[in-house]
Amino acid sequence: MSVRIGVYLCHCGANIAGKVDIDAVADFARGLENVTLVKDYKFMCSDPGQALIQKDLENKLVDRVVVASCSPLMHENTFRKTVERGGLNPYLFTMTNIREQCSWVHIDSDRTTEKAKDLVAASVRRAFLLEPLTKKEVPINPRTLVIGGGIAGIQAALDLAEAGKEVVLVEKEPSIGGHMAKFDKTFPTLDCSACILTPRMVSVGQHSNIELMSYAEVEDVGGYVGNFNIRVRKKARYVDSELCNGCGACWSKCPSSRVPRKGNVHEKLSLGPTTSIYMPFMQAVPAIPVIDRDTCLYFKNDSGACGICAKECERGAIKYDMTDEIVEFEVGNIIIAAGFKTFDPAKVKRYGYGRFDNVMTALEFEVMNCASGSTGGNILMADGSEPKSIGIVHCVGSRDSHYNEHCSRVCCMYSLKYAHLIKEKTDAEVYQFYIDMRCFGKGYEEFYDRLLSEDVRFVRGKVAEISKVPVTETEEGKLVVSVEDTLLGTVRRIPLDMVVLSTGLEGSETLPEIAKLCSVSVGKDGFLIEKHPKLGPVSTATDGVFVVGGCQSPKDIPDTVAQASAASSAVLSMITREKIEIEAATSEVDEDKCSGCKLCNTLCPYQAVKFDEEKEVSVVNEALCKGCGTCVAGCPSGAISAKHYEDRQIFAEIEGIFSGGL
Amino acid sequence: MSFEPKIVGFLCNWCSYTGADLAGTARIKYSPNIRSIRVMCSGRIEPTFIMKALYEGADGVLIAGCHPGDCHYQEGNYKALRRYRMLKKVLPDYGIDPGRIRLEWVAASEGEKFANVVDDFTEEIRNLGPLGIKEGLDEMMKDDVIPHHASGGEKGGDDNEA
Ligand SMILES: Cc1cc2nc3c(=O)[nH]c(=O)nc-3n(C[C@H](O)[C@H](O)[C@H](O)COP(=O)(O)OP(=O)(O)OC[C@H]3O[C@@H](n4cnc5c(N)ncnc54)[C@H](O)[C@@H]3O)c2cc1C
Ligand code: FES
Repeated sequence: MSVRIGVYLCHCGANIAGKVDIDAVADFARGLENVTLVKDYKFMCSDPGQALIQKDLENKLVDRVVVASCSPLMHENTFRKTVERGGLNPYLFTMTNIREQCSWVHIDSDRTTEKAKDLVAASVRRAFLLEPLTKKEVPINPRTLVIGGGIAGIQAALDLAEAGKEVVLVEKEPSIGGHMAKFDKTFPTLDCSACILTPRMVSVGQHSNIELMSYAEVEDVGGYVGNFNIRVRKKARYVDSELCNGCGACWSKCPSSRVPRKGNVHEKLSLGPTTSIYMPFMQAVPAIPVIDRDTCLYFKNDSGACGICAKECERGAIKYDMTDEIVEFEVGNIIIAAGFKTFDPAKVKRYGYGRFDNVMTALEFEVMNCASGSTGGNILMADGSEPKSIGIVHCVGSRDSHYNEHCSRVCCMYSLKYAHLIKEKTDAEVYQFYIDMRCFGKGYEEFYDRLLSEDVRFVRGKVAEISKVPVTETEEGKLVVSVEDTLLGTVRRIPLDMVVLSTGLEGSETLPEIAKLCSVSVGKDGFLIEKHPKLGPVSTATDGVFVVGGCQSPKDIPDTVAQASAASSAVLSMITREKIEIEAATSEVDEDKCSGCKLCNTLCPYQAVKFDEEKEVSVVNEALCKGCGTCVAGCPSGAISAKHYEDRQIFAEIEGIFSGGL
Repeated sequence: MSFEPKIVGFLCNWCSYTGADLAGTARIKYSPNIRSIRVMCSGRIEPTFIMKALYEGADGVLIAGCHPGDCHYQEGNYKALRRYRMLKKVLPDYGIDPGRIRLEWVAASEGEKFANVVDDFTEEIRNLGPLGIKEGLDEMMKDDVIPHHASGGEKGGDDNEA
């Protein structure tokens, strides 16, 4: 049966018709092979425009549709639905972009019209070879995997659990909580971090819909949206979580230490017990200790000497022979909430971190401020005395082309928070060394204003060096910060007792691995890439995988929580649908032509092409395939074709372009 | 009349096609010599597509994909880069100036870059002259190999003539 192609030309008001001679294009189209009908209309995407197409299809006037109008990225879906309503397979329609890439971008009317003709001819040729495709539906498993138990993962897990959906929360550390569990106060409200975080951590631990796997890591992710197969390694804690009741008898008698025994105050900083069997901090969830194998005497002396904790534990929960456990399960969606790490300031040699006492990182300073920590919340120098002057150096490893170009967004604010805490707890003088103050959030500028009246010295300039070479008497025994004060226009040397480096935020070290497992990308800034920087902030290029919190970009707690709730609502809307349509334009292997070379197996970024050992050919798992066509282009035998983007269809387009002459 | 080169563009859907659309939305003007074909990923672009375009009458072929690291399918653009480099090496064996093909990374936000690339490439090809003439191919093989403006008829099909 012969093919009858209908060509529908859109004026788009004057947007197209103002530049392209529609009549000329229509006449040209009428002369093309297999074209049986050509119509033009003011606005093809309007209801009457669509009705035009639908009616012609219902009257069986045409069986292929070409719409020449705006970009397919704009209205391909609109017209696919029109065509479907007309009773035709939506893949028997193709779109020609004669607006964004034609009428809007060229000056000469005649040449633009010629181009429009060529593009229409290309589409007509393509339409001739189009094949009907069927969309497939797969069911969605209502369980969700959340990777990372910082505030982002906690919020997302709780949202879903509260909605009655099951969640598996995998956290690599012994306790959930992430960075926030290390803070004493949070900017700008200065509310106590533990007071707002602990109740949520406890809810996670107790919620009947949340299965918490702490001290565990995701090892493998297979499958596709709605049906992911997950493998998790639960690391051996050497403490049986069923038996342990978190009483603490084990660590109170443990003779060995995780931190250097002879270390100074800063080296011994810790939130929880410093013994080898320990809880990371007292509010840990789950409240179950772990044994640090590297320092535990039992493991160090193969003979099994020591064993004190086992003797102390009344419930017999200590299990030195525990091994890692592998668990496998299925989920429908994945939320990545793997957080960030802070920049290692030892890379900036001139700041002396690791060389000089009393140069410390922001995170160390946070821990020192925690009332439950090793200093009891007191701000102390390495030797245990109280500092008389403290400098806070902004943008360490941020906004610096040598390290990270990005702004870490939270450092200005936590630096202000430190200034306040120092003023509250000590009599020390405080200096802020900043490039710009970035106080962008709700209540942030107000917080800055407040600090301006708290007798804090603000020096605008990037610190050049922190040294210990005194040139005056006042510099004797001090850390000397050299900085160009750009407001005074002079270079200053400021002697201080202690310096806090406001280190920037980077994607956590586990991100590349997780990204690979979940088929999402890491940007050049080291953070995971979301689907769209503005309109798709939590979804990713892989359906069913979402990113939230510090792993997506540096952000504060309010933004993290908002993003986590956004992701959980996106997941909920997926689960509520129960089924999802998957890409119909996938790849397909012609078994007769396949030589079994397996080249395509390695080319596929989604592991969608696998080798069938029995048939000795490669096969495409259509549910996994995203239709990129990389395997098609790589197949040396031409055995794989990309549905809807077949070689012959693209060849036909090329021929069409040249069929009219230029 | 000055020579107007014919250029075929292969644009990946996610970055470069979107970038080209953006040039439109922003009404940036560029030369009308290019006719673009949309593919899902630059990794889909086979060397035979390029050969086919040259065979049919293109004087130049532009390939555009997402910046390295930004491919919607993770690494299709690296595959495209490899195939492009290979093709550039073998083109001289066919008597074709390798300057007739060009690969560019155009992000969805780079409408202006797309327009500049098209203008720049059009000028380059204009300087090279029509395919065949500069290469001396038309003398050697006449219409045998490079029938400009091959017209009408249902050609194509599975086997790659080029
Ligand atoms: C020094 C400092 C002070 C700050 N002060 C404030 C403040 O006062 N107010 C404010 O609003 N914001 C503050 N912030 C920002 C705040 O820390 C972040 O907004 C917040 O921690 C982001 O939460 P998150 O869950 O995304 O990441 P994280 O807190 O980093 O949590 C990520 C979690 O994922 C886990 N994880 C990582 N990889 C894996 C893996 N492969 N598998 C399983 N689990 C994994 C980690 O162990 C961690 O528990 C501060 C940041 C810093 C550095
Ligand atoms: S999607 Fe743009 S290059 Fe792969």
